Amino acid sequence: MVKNKKNIRFLQGNEACALAGITAGARFFAGYPISPASEIAEISSLLLPQRGGIYLQMEDEIAGIAAVIGASLGGMKSFTATSGPGLSLMQENIGFAIMAEVPCVIINIQRFGPSTGIATQPGQADVMAARWGTHGDHGIVVLAPTSVQECYDLTIEAFNLAETLRTPVILLTDATLAHLREKVVTKNDKELSIAARKKPERLSEDYHPYEPGPNGVPVLPDFGDDNILRVTGLVHDHDGYSTPQPKVAGDLVRRLQQKIESASVIMPKPKLFGSEDPEIVIISFGISARSSREAVNRANSQGIKTCLMQLPTIWPFPEEAVREKCSDAKTVIVVEMNSGQLFREVRASGIQRDKVLSVNRTDTAVITPEEIMNAIKEVVNP
Amino acid sequence: MTTDYSSYLAKKRLPHLWCPGCGHGIILKNLLLSMAELEIPREKALLACGIGCSGRAGDYVNFHRFQGTHGRTLAFATGIKMARPELKTICFMGDGDCGAIGIGHLIHAARRNVDVTAIIPNNMNYGMTGGQFSPLTPVESLSSTSRSGKAEPDIDLCHLAVVSGANYVARTTAYHVIEMKKMFTRAISNKGFSLVEVITPCPTYFGRYNSLGNAPEMMRWIREKTVPLQKYEEMSVEEQEKFFWRGKLVEKNKPDLYTLYWQQERGIDHRA
Repeated sequence: MVKNKKNIRFLQGNEACALAGITAGARFFAGYPISPASEIAEISSLLLPQRGGIYLQMEDEIAGIAAVIGASLGGMKSFTATSGPGLSLMQENIGFAIMAEVPCVIINIQRFGPSTGIATQPGQADVMAARWGTHGDHGIVVLAPTSVQECYDLTIEAFNLAETLRTPVILLTDATLAHLREKVVTKNDKELSIAARKKPERLSEDYHPYEPGPNGVPVLPDFGDDNILRVTGLVHDHDGYSTPQPKVAGDLVRRLQQKIESASVIMPKPKLFGSEDPEIVIISFGISARSSREAVNRANSQGIKTCLMQLPTIWPFPEEAVREKCSDAKTVIVVEMNSGQLFREVRASGIQRDKVLSVNRTDTAVITPEEIMNAIKEVVNP
Repeated sequence: MTTDYSSYLAKKRLPHLWCPGCGHGIILKNLLLSMAELEIPREKALLACGIGCSGRAGDYVNFHRFQGTHGRTLAFATGIKMARPELKTICFMGDGDCGAIGIGHLIHAARRNVDVTAIIPNNMNYGMTGGQFSPLTPVESLSSTSRSGKAEPDIDLCHLAVVSGANYVARTTAYHVIEMKKMFTRAISNKGFSLVEVITPCPTYFGRYNSLGNAPEMMRWIREKTVPLQKYEEMSVEEQEKFFWRGKLVEKNKPDLYTLYWQQERGIDHRA
């Protein structure tokens, strides 16, 4: 791609998310104002109507995600943006979108919690809320950008995955990235690979809307299409009719999990920086990975063979890649702004448990490279 | 002349799961009759249901069907209608679904004047979960969670919809089937937010707890407890407490949300 001045922009994270959503084909946004996510709603309200799209400000976050799901079922690529308290309110309907296989994107700007917490300060403590916030066994896709450029790129990726897998995708950014301004190279939809929703071609009476298609993903019509669509959050058969049969229930829930797990191959891969033959592997995501990268640079310049494994895809957790990269390392340090939510996952990935250490903060301050360096030095010179 | 509504009915899904004497089947049939009269094409019709006894209505229809989470039907439908304004959308929500957990969405859907028809089968309790009282259960009534009589007053969803901005609001009963079908037809034909509440028997729970007899006896009770709106308005407040009114509260033609949205955003429909 030839870079010209037109597609080099100076944007904050929230702007990048909104612009990327529209570039990815989103034509519907519904949500509820909340700090530090409001700019995404504001920009959507301005730009969507100019492209024939809809912005709705709903009565709460429950209604926001409900309208998003409704519009998606009507054929519009749809998204919402929120922060911790709003994510909590959305959880039941996120589970509905998983069960009914409705593509949509939820941008969650993590702020300090629990509860109202500190509305304008960052946190990274929604890792498990994004994974397990809604009840029942399920799979979910969660992406985490590290820079404003990645806010842009991963929002587009989130829409592509949502449409390809017919599932909600959560983008986890944070209050720092949301308002950080950086250079971003934007693209137009012709320069990008944009996933279009697959729709059934054949109109026939024996058509079964929820029959799993390729890779376990059903090919569904939209409401208003000639093929009739039946959507429910109840356990349903291939026709979309509800049934309490144990076999149907088991097959459905297994398929919903497997279609996400088996799609790991098409999700953004861990990014590696630093030593190719590391003694120490730092695992991090989001804003903490920025500090980690700087710490890795400093450590390597001091002769400590260190590598950063930055995870753009948090869920499904890239267990195999983590195991592969970390099995030969002496120490693995997980850097995150929470009490160890990803740390537990790394420990459970099959590598030697007691070589996994944690550098974490839970006080709204972004972790500094110095803090990570201190941990690295302690490992080298205990 | 009988209108043929069979193309809207998923016959292979019958018999339905509703109890003998339940009015939900009567209401669903009259909805389908009204749709047949209006000749709505199957692919341009959507039945959006909530959770509870009424939520199962979608399993018996042969056109687009949506069943979301408890209470949120109107919020889902708001999104659906903005994406697909041409879909004739019927939201089928019980008194607990719409009057308790979903009452906020009712107010805002009526305020926005979303072009949907809300049908509220009001059986005056949560039937699916065993007969607990709902906000629409009359005060002092017995239920599985008000064994000595319900202490809380009930709410009139119809008047709430009127002050919230609905275009069409009416109430009838499962006994008054001719009136019911007429109201459904008016409600569906009217662009903007329409609401029709239908008082309907639940002999299994509400009827049994309140000693209202078997199914026909409860239907008779509903008939005798209901008076036309005009007659109701002439009653004293004390007398009104013994009766339900039925009739039409409002019929207006204010522009719906989709129309208003595009009028405001540059005055044109970019999608047209």
